[in-house]
Amino acid sequence: MLGLLTWSFNLLNPKMFSTAKNPLFYFNSFLQQVGEVGLLLFDTFKNLFKKPWEKRIFIQQLEQIGVRSLPVVSLTAAFGGLVFGLQTYIGFHRYIGPGSETYGGPIISLGLSKELIPILVGLMVSGRVGSAIAAEIGTMKITEQIDALFSLGANPTRYLVVPRTLASLIMLPCLTIYGDIIGMAAGFFYNTYIMGVNRVLYIRNTLLYMELWDIMSGLIKAAVFGVIIALIGCWQGLRTEGGAEGVGRATTRAVVIASILILIVNFFLSMALPADL
Amino acid sequence: MIRIVDLHKSFGQNKVLQGVNLRLKHGETLVIIGQSGCGKSVLLKHIIGLLKPDRGKILVDGVDITNLKDDELHKITKRFGMLFQGTALFDSMTVGQNVGFGLERYTDFPQEEIKELVKENLAKVGLIGIENLMPYELSGGMKKRVGLARAIAYRPDIMLYDEPSTGIDPIRADAINDLVIRMKKELKVATLIITHDMVSAYKVADRIGMLYAGQIIEMGSPEEIKNSNNQVVQQFIHGRAEGPIKNW
Repeated sequence: MLGLLTWSFNLLNPKMFSTAKNPLFYFNSFLQQVGEVGLLLFDTFKNLFKKPWEKRIFIQQLEQIGVRSLPVVSLTAAFGGLVFGLQTYIGFHRYIGPGSETYGGPIISLGLSKELIPILVGLMVSGRVGSAIAAEIGTMKITEQIDALFSLGANPTRYLVVPRTLASLIMLPCLTIYGDIIGMAAGFFYNTYIMGVNRVLYIRNTLLYMELWDIMSGLIKAAVFGVIIALIGCWQGLRTEGGAEGVGRATTRAVVIASILILIVNFFLSMALPADL
Repeated sequence: MIRIVDLHKSFGQNKVLQGVNLRLKHGETLVIIGQSGCGKSVLLKHIIGLLKPDRGKILVDGVDITNLKDDELHKITKRFGMLFQGTALFDSMTVGQNVGFGLERYTDFPQEEIKELVKENLAKVGLIGIENLMPYELSGGMKKRVGLARAIAYRPDIMLYDEPSTGIDPIRADAINDLVIRMKKELKVATLIITHDMVSAYKVADRIGMLYAGQIIEMGSPEEIKNSNNQVVQQFIHGRAEGPIKNW
């Protein structure tokens, strides 16, 4: 009992965590980083409604995150839709029999809109935008530009984090809708034009079994991924240290952490969101 | 004007400031000298509110700024203009946008007036017609001058300079020193400069203080500093490797 108490008190002792050899160091470091992200999220939310609103940066970020991601989302969604269409066709043809492939339509649409497209868009934007955010803010940090912002009356969270998070929150669902359309069209193209599945039945089955909620749940996920990408990018940028090497490290971490979080959060959101309404 | 009382700051086990006390009076130029890494920049970042001390007070006209929230702090720091060591110009903005940044935040002036003030302040530091250039198109000396124009644009009454002559050649450094003196005379500002450049320090200072081992160990006029009996001060101002300062 006493041993347990001593161990508990030791947990409160900062010296216990000060050495990298101690496993508790890593646990403490993890908790500290979770705390940093939590505080940044809180600070971002707190500053969301405070003036002055950084309209110019917000619009720039809408373009940077949304419009400029269109080519990469188009390609990813198109080939995602094609390969998903291909495997669905094979599955129906092999296991249920010829003629059943028309039921591939709703399966493809459901799989794409609920899972594949939000994940693909999230991962692609994380690689493209999360890294850019971390690199830009990281460079500003090591060249004292963030200190200069503060000294010139701008709150760095309000100026840097809020517009990026808000733009990412808005643009990820927009990119996902766009990706859904491209992906579903690619699946339709593969099944009907290449494999000769009946177009009318394919579309009829898709419309019959597909629900608006399937698309909506994908958009909810995309919005959450948007916040994750921007917040992790900003967080890594703001804690950058050590010159060019530090910026490189922050960029890599931003992509890796955001990508892993997207996959983990996607699973829990899939569990939490109802299958239909 | 600014009074620093018993300021302490540590980063982990590293005790950077260990009881700094100093006072900056209206209209004077105070230069803080010290080795690289002795905590000069840390001291400056406390004054501008970028860092919070572990202990101690920073009083600006009697108001302790160490516990103020950001919005309240900005009402005080509006009175500060700061020239950063690496100039810290925003590289995504033009020179004009850089100089106008503080004006947009600290004043209600319309855009046209801000544009005029940007031109006027750039002219004050000897730069004309460069509003539309990007910072990467400027030389080191020009960047310093744009940084200075940005710092003085909204008429602060306290100027803070972080190593103003570092990274530029001696002639440009002297031109920056002249600008510092001119700004003080024209704008009637109190000036705090941190540097390890003794040529600049002697030229611009009314008083010089030396920061060593986390404390101000000597304070006086340039002549008093030159004639100081303190061996640490003598070693530093003469730039000698031999002496009581060993941790270089």
